[in-house]
Parts: sequence; C-alpha cells; structure tokens
Amino acid sequence: MEFVIAIVIGILVTIGTYLLLSRQLLRIVLGSSLISHSVNLLIITSGGLKTGNAPLLGEGKVGFTDALPQALILTAIVINFAVTAFVLVLSYRSFKVNGTDDMEKLRGNEYE
Amino acid sequence: MNNLLIMPVIIPLIVGMVLIIFPKNIILQRALSLFAIAASGLITLNIMNQILDDGIQTLQLGGWEAPFGISFVGDMFSVLLVLTTCIVAFCCLIYAFRSIGEKNEKLYFYPLFLFLIVGVNGSFLTGDLFNLYVFFEVFLLASYVLISLGGGKKQLRESLKYVFTNIVSSAFFLFGVAYLYSITGTLNLAHLSSRIAEAGQDGLITTVALLFLIVFSLKAGLLLFFWLPGSYSVPPTAIAAIFAALLTKVGIYAIFRMFTLIFYHEPQVTHLIIGILAAVTMILGALGAAGFMDVRKILTYNVIISVGFIVAGLVSMTEAGLMGSIYYLIHDMIIKALVFLIGGTIILLTGTSNLREISGLIRRHPALGWMFFIGALSMVGIPPLSGFLGKVFITQGTFEIGYFWLGGIGLLASLFILFSMIKLFMNAFWGETILTEEEEKGSTKGLIFPIALLLIFSLALGLGAEGIQVYVAEAAEQLLNPSLYIDAVLK
Repeated sequence: MEFVIAIVIGILVTIGTYLLLSRQLLRIVLGSSLISHSVNLLIITSGGLKTGNAPLLGEGKVGFTDALPQALILTAIVINFAVTAFVLVLSYRSFKVNGTDDMEKLRGNEYE
Repeated sequence: MNNLLIMPVIIPLIVGMVLIIFPKNIILQRALSLFAIAASGLITLNIMNQILDDGIQTLQLGGWEAPFGISFVGDMFSVLLVLTTCIVAFCCLIYAFRSIGEKNEKLYFYPLFLFLIVGVNGSFLTGDLFNLYVFFEVFLLASYVLISLGGGKKQLRESLKYVFTNIVSSAFFLFGVAYLYSITGTLNLAHLSSRIAEAGQDGLITTVALLFLIVFSLKAGLLLFFWLPGSYSVPPTAIAAIFAALLTKVGIYAIFRMFTLIFYHEPQVTHLIIGILAAVTMILGALGAAGFMDVRKILTYNVIISVGFIVAGLVSMTEAGLMGSIYYLIHDMIIKALVFLIGGTIILLTGTSNLREISGLIRRHPALGWMFFIGALSMVGIPPLSGFLGKVFITQGTFEIGYFWLGGIGLLASLFILFSMIKLFMNAFWGETILTEEEEKGSTKGLIFPIALLLIFSLALGLGAEGIQVYVAEAAEQLLNPSLYIDAVLK
C-alpha cells in the first residue's frame, strides 16, 4: 500500500511542479496547493499505513495506529487552507491593480 | 519547568488579538504594542540571567513530558536572539509611529507586527520540529500581509513572488519533517538528536539534512536569495527594516540549531557544503552591493553578504567560530535595522532611491549622516564598534580548521561592504546640497530618536563587549555540547 501511495505522491508533485512553472497566476496557486496536498499524503504515509486499532487506552486492545502523523496533517491542512485563501485574494488584487495575471509581465526588471 | 519561557510568545499574541478588536483607536494600538514588546524584552532579560545561573531552561507545554508533548527550550543562543528581536522590534515600532501612515495603522498594522514577533520568538524558543514549522508559518503569514500592506503596484507584484517562494519552501520543510519522522519516529529536537547519535548519521539522514539545508537556506537567503532584493525593497521603511533584521535571521537560527544539535556527525559533507554556499553567497552579495546605484538594493545585498558571513562561523564548529557567529548575528540584527531605517529616511526626504539623484544631505541632516557613517564603519568591523569582534572570531574559527579560502572570502567581502557603504555615504550625504528645506518630501521629526536608540545599542554591544562576553561564551558552549540541550529537555 505504501508503494502505491508513494507513486501517487510522485505524480501529484510532478503535476504541481508543472503548474508552478506556468505563467498564469491561478495555475501557480493550484500548483502550490497540489504540492501541499502531496506533502500531507507523505506525512500520513510516513507513520506507516498499518491497519492497527484506534489509539485509545482502556479498550483492551493492542497494536495501535500511530496517531501523531494525523495530528500533524490536521495542522498542515489548516495552515495550507489559510495560505491558499490568502494567495487567491492576493492574486486577485494583483490582477486588478497590475492589470495582468501573466507572471512574465510581472518580472519587474526596471533596474536592469 | 519555567513558565516564563512562554511569555515572549504569548504576550504579543494576546495583545495582538485584543488589538484586532479596536482597529480605529490608534493611541491604544501604539501604547499596547509598545508595552507588549517591552514586557517581552524584560522577561527575556530575566530568563537570560536564570540560564546563566542554572543552565538551559525548559517548559513542557500542558505538563506532557518530553518527547510526547511540545517542549519549549530556552538555551542562551535562542534567548539572546529573542532579546535582540525585542530591542529591534521596539525601535522599528517607534519609527513606524511617525512613518507608516494613518491608513496603514488602521489596516491592522500593529496586530500584524505583533504576530510577526510571535512567530519569530516562537521559532527561537520551540524545541519541537513541527512546532518550528508552525511558528515559521505564523510569522510568514504576518509577513505576507505586511509586505503587501497598502497594496501598491510594486508591492503586490513582489509579494506574489515572495509568497510563492515561501509556500514551496514550506512544502519542502514538511517533506523533510515527514522523512525524518519515518526514519527516527520522533520530532522533538532533543530526542531527534539523541536517536541520531545512537543510530549513527547514515547517508539517508545526511540527505534529509541537506533537504533541511535547502529549506532554511531559502528562508535565510543563503545562496537561494533571488527573492530577497525584490521583496525587501518594496514595503514601507519600518516593515523593510524589521524584515531585514529578523526574517533571514530566523532561517540562520534554524540552520544553526539543526546543524549543531542534530546533524553534526558528518561535518565533512554537510558543513563543507554550507561553507561553499556561504562563500558563494558572500561573493554574489558583494557584487550586488558594489554594482547597484540604488539605496535599497545596496542595503538588501548587504543583508545577503552578512548571511554568508554569519554561516561561515558555523562551518568551523569551533568555539571561536560559533562565538563569532553569535556575536555577529546579534550585531547584524541591530545594525541592519539601523541602516534600513536610515536608508528609508533618505528615501523619505528625497522621494527617490536612485543614488545619482541624491546629494549633500549632511548639510541639513548632520545627525542622520554621522549616524549612518558610524553604522557603516560598524558593519565593516572597525575595532571599537560592534562588528569587529564577530569578524575576528569568525575568521579565527575558519582559519583554525584550515578553511583559509572561506575566511579570506569573508575578509574580502568586508572590503566590498566598505566600498558599497562609503559609496552610499559619499553620494547621499556629501556633495552639493541640491534640496532646500521646502523641496524635501518629508521631515525627520520623530524619526531620529529610534535610529539613535538603535545606534546606542549597537555602540553598547561594541564597547561593552566585555560584559556580553559571558553570555555569548555560554551560548557557544551550549551549541557545541548537544548533550547539555538533550539532558535539559529529556532529563
């Protein structure tokens, strides 16, 4: 199972990188979001995708699933969510003010 | 257990949250933010003396014993940085009162500023890798908003690049966290250190170490500084100064922490690579500082040179090198805020950042000019001033382990700092006075005081080196002996 997930993560990162390298702002935002999702997948896989029991004491069970990666990605998802929301607003503002969403035109090399 | 440790994080956080409720009451906003920073600084001073007496202080949040809960660890290195952060933030805040403009003040400038400090202080104090990531995000989000505050064309353009660069580096940070967790099964820094020391640092762990190096290099501007000159040139002066003083330094702190506490077993691989990165950074930064004729560009490239120089001290891993780095780090935080504030004041007065159009400011603003001159000499490292000791120790450290090329490049870079700062001084302050009083675009009223305050701190750091020496030596010793850190956290 870990092997399949690893391939999925690889594909997600590839698509994310491709989108990040494009010129349109919205595509870049989507790309960064995809990469963040693949990171979340990686974290949950890093703890091992065991079919253990829920990590609750007192139920008389043994062999628990590692709960820490789940707690980690919960935090990572929330942060990623907030950052993506912020970036979308920022991109929209930039589009309104600068009149373009083409990163090639937003280079800003007036010093050269 | 020492509950004071959480204070430098929680005081600005609570005050910041309260201030969100009153965005229109500017007097209250100013007073409370100043109070929050000053209180954090005083408490940190207290913690610092406790560390000197009793060793490294820890706090296990929620009473969960390490390594199961999140630990807060105050060793001398981090506490020194927290204290410097508070000093710099205090001065930049006073500068902001007069310069940031009422519109920005009502756009939640003060809460955002405090959240930035929360993130920076938290990054210095936390003892947990994932918590470090969270605090990085806290100050990054605040900086995203601060850099675009006001919403000018250039600001929006540069902030987009800044944000995307940091999103990618944050993703890499999490990749590193996930790999490290799957290898070692822990994220507590002290626990990580002891586990890697037991199991040995094999090739896989060294690879993860390099991944972390990439992440923190992006944040610190070590070689990967392509985003830095643009994004530090666009925000209002007070914000640019706090960025230049603090944000890259958090990345440097993280590099120091990771490569002295956790990944210190393979210095011939990791530390050599860091050394090469530092050397290239210094060379490129020096070229940039020498080449541009723009006040803000020259200053931002000087930030880059100093990043390379500070990290060069880490490469040596000797007591002299680390002491030099710590000393230079503190000096650099203060002096970068100082020169950025003066640079911003020059731009405020003349309305341009092009050095060719500025001339002869010293006739009407002698205080500003001479303060800039002293700051410039201090950056170069003229003996009684604060940059000198750091430079001596770092150079000594690199020579001790036989990296003469690194020390040599560091000294050569100092010459370029001298050249660029004197170029700025001569062009901006000497020459014919071309602006009359009426033609000046702004006034320096109320702006000189915070700059003078920073200069006093800088002078004190240089002239009072004897008194600070105990603290810096203690910090270097704790960095060199990871067992001190581990024992304090895990008991």
